[in-house]
Amino acid sequence: MTDAPILEMLGISKRFGDVQALDHVDLVVGQGEIHALVGENGAGKTTLMNILYGLYRTDTGSIRLRGKDARITSPRDAIALGIGMIHQHFMLVPPLTVAENVVLGDERSGPVLDRRAMERRVRELEEKFRIIAEPSARIEDLPLGIQQRVEILKVLYRGSDLLIFDEPTAVLTPQEVDELFEIVRALRAEGKTLILITHKLREVLAVSDRITVLRDGKNAGQLVTKDTTASEIAQAMVGRELEEALGRGTKVREDIVLEIRGLRAKSDRGADAIKGIDLDVRSGEILGIAGVGGNGQSELAQCILGLRKVAGGVIKVGGIDVAHDDPERTRERGVAYVPEDRRIEGLVLPFTVADNFMLGKQEAAPYARFGILDLTFIAREGDRLAREFDVRPPNARAIVGTLSGGNQQKVVLGRELSAEPKLIVANQPTRGLDIAATEYVHRRLIAQRERGCAVLLISSELDEVRALSDRIAVMFEGRVMATLDARTATEQQLGLLMAGHADALPR
Amino acid sequence: MTIEMLLGAGVLAATLRLATPILFAALGGVITERSGVTNIALEGCMLVGAFFGVFVADKTGSLGVAIAAGVLAGIVLAALHAVAAVTFRADQIVTGMALNILALGLTSYLDYEAYATTGTPSTIPLVPDFVVPGLSQVPFVSDVIGRQNTLVWAAIIATVVLQLYLFRTIPGLRLRAVGEHPRAADTVGVNVYTTRYLAVLASGALAALGGVYLSLGAVGSFSDNMTGGRGFIGLAAMIFGRWTPIGALVASLIFGYGDALSVSLQGVTIGDLRVPVQLLSTIPYVLTILAVAGFVGRSRMPAADGQPYESEGH
Repeated sequence: MTDAPILEMLGISKRFGDVQALDHVDLVVGQGEIHALVGENGAGKTTLMNILYGLYRTDTGSIRLRGKDARITSPRDAIALGIGMIHQHFMLVPPLTVAENVVLGDERSGPVLDRRAMERRVRELEEKFRIIAEPSARIEDLPLGIQQRVEILKVLYRGSDLLIFDEPTAVLTPQEVDELFEIVRALRAEGKTLILITHKLREVLAVSDRITVLRDGKNAGQLVTKDTTASEIAQAMVGRELEEALGRGTKVREDIVLEIRGLRAKSDRGADAIKGIDLDVRSGEILGIAGVGGNGQSELAQCILGLRKVAGGVIKVGGIDVAHDDPERTRERGVAYVPEDRRIEGLVLPFTVADNFMLGKQEAAPYARFGILDLTFIAREGDRLAREFDVRPPNARAIVGTLSGGNQQKVVLGRELSAEPKLIVANQPTRGLDIAATEYVHRRLIAQRERGCAVLLISSELDEVRALSDRIAVMFEGRVMATLDARTATEQQLGLLMAGHADALPR
Repeated sequence: MTIEMLLGAGVLAATLRLATPILFAALGGVITERSGVTNIALEGCMLVGAFFGVFVADKTGSLGVAIAAGVLAGIVLAALHAVAAVTFRADQIVTGMALNILALGLTSYLDYEAYATTGTPSTIPLVPDFVVPGLSQVPFVSDVIGRQNTLVWAAIIATVVLQLYLFRTIPGLRLRAVGEHPRAADTVGVNVYTTRYLAVLASGALAALGGVYLSLGAVGSFSDNMTGGRGFIGLAAMIFGRWTPIGALVASLIFGYGDALSVSLQGVTIGDLRVPVQLLSTIPYVLTILAVAGFVGRSRMPAADGQPYESEGH
């Protein structure tokens, strides 16, 4: 498989101001292999790939492609050299069709738009690589998994034989990830070379041939997938051994903090999103909600917080029905919320860290007196929480939007957990975070459980749900299929329940 | 009140006349906003078009040169907007508004300097009417479209051309892509800046043509602020028409009809009740508000409309 390398990036360095993003990094990729480029957020993976794709110039070192020196100064050069990038944030125009998006910029006809010819060419391409996406469908009507196929088709259409996938599974459901991997393997069988940027070890092990690990802008290991283990890769990425943040709740008590009976609610589009749910979460317990995204989990979280109108049923927190309360009142009952999208729902990005810590508490002492903000207190409290929750840099005057995703999530946690809530509703709390930040979030949630807090953990990462939860409820199409004991539930059982097969239940 | 006052040939002909300047501005709005740049300076482009059309017609005596000069004036003003909005990523509403004020002051000043004592000369060449051949015998129809100004027809032709350009050609596809997702367009080699510049310049040219129609076609002279907000109404027609040329045409006709009615129903009474003309003439704007608020079907602006673009990389 790995004869002569197709790509040799040797001694690559890149400096942005004071930050040495890459320090003499080597990346050698064999012809026809799937090469995983792994590392924590900020390790330099994306910078390295942006150099290869012509978005940045390297300060030192050389790039050799198919044995020849390559000068790449713009994405156009890269495309001409057969390098294609499948961006993490899809570069697709939503109101245009699949075919239009594939050929855009390289229409090979014109000036009159011949949709039929366009769609025929795209269909031929799809047949060749066995990637299915209806050419006449509009992008905005397609699920993310199919949209990603269109991104892949765009690159193949331009004749790329070296494909870079930037965090390709970040937005996909587990099924879509499986389908993507089938496509990836099929592309390898067609002789394409693939570079996968990721930090998800399970995926690295499942699909790659070789692995290059980056840490803090330096090479931290070159591994052959079949000869390595998840913990070896993780250690190379993080630079230390990871603590297992596991252990079931030791202090599950009898008192029910959250009690949901017969809950019903509609989605934004007016469809029935929640069709009668019963749940209990006890003090000192983490109840995990597993399920493929979009099966009513987010609506459930919003109902509990008072962010979504409840169509029927009861939501009791500490014995009091909060189903029709607004978020302010619900929060006063001791409910904390880690929302699904921290950048939109969780934080005000242009505000400082200190201001974000204060949000929601700004109306009363000690943060304000007689309607006037106590800026001294807010600054002091901001510094204290930034230290306590390990926000980096530990500067409460930093603008939250400039922080990394992991540090942004720490700000959310700092605000939500510092009030010692009775109930935490955490929706996808580690989405997009790297291993170290994920570990941090997990430790914090477990610490809250040990304190006696009830935690409702919604996650589409089955590993996460299994690792943290005491019990697991599986949601499918607005219903809870079953609630299982996390110690005895198998992955296969859970997977079947997530796909809607109730007969997977233990008898 | 008679049917004549509502649907007579005179009212319909007036509808076309009154819709034309609005339509030119609306078409300009469609092309620039489809590329992702808001251009509220269309009002100013129209105004400079109206003035320089008359001014150059007076100085050169040539209609062709006059029209070209009017259009060029609109392009120059639009170019200022493009530099500020596309290259320097300024707030597009602020620059647009500034340019409108500039256009108003400039044309009023030049008009005063050139024609304060005499008024615009009555001897300048005007845009002639176009007589549709073989239509003079057809009753009613000939009264409506038989003798309209050439620029009325030009506006309708421009509508069709722009519709085909945007939705049936490769450059049109690229322009729409730039207005929806400029980074996606950029990554596949479509030049976002060039596309937006050309679209903004084209919008200035179209709006200025609407101004030329006003001064050299409909009225025959220039007066201060003679556009009277028609550029803005054009933007409303663009929204009402859902950012398509054909939609803009329909919307402009509705607005033009509202204008025509408020003229034809002037002083008309039903029984003891005088028709509230002023109220009638608000109908187009009420429709616009409803359209913008989403009550008239789905109306969605280009996703990157009004958002400056900065390309990636160092």
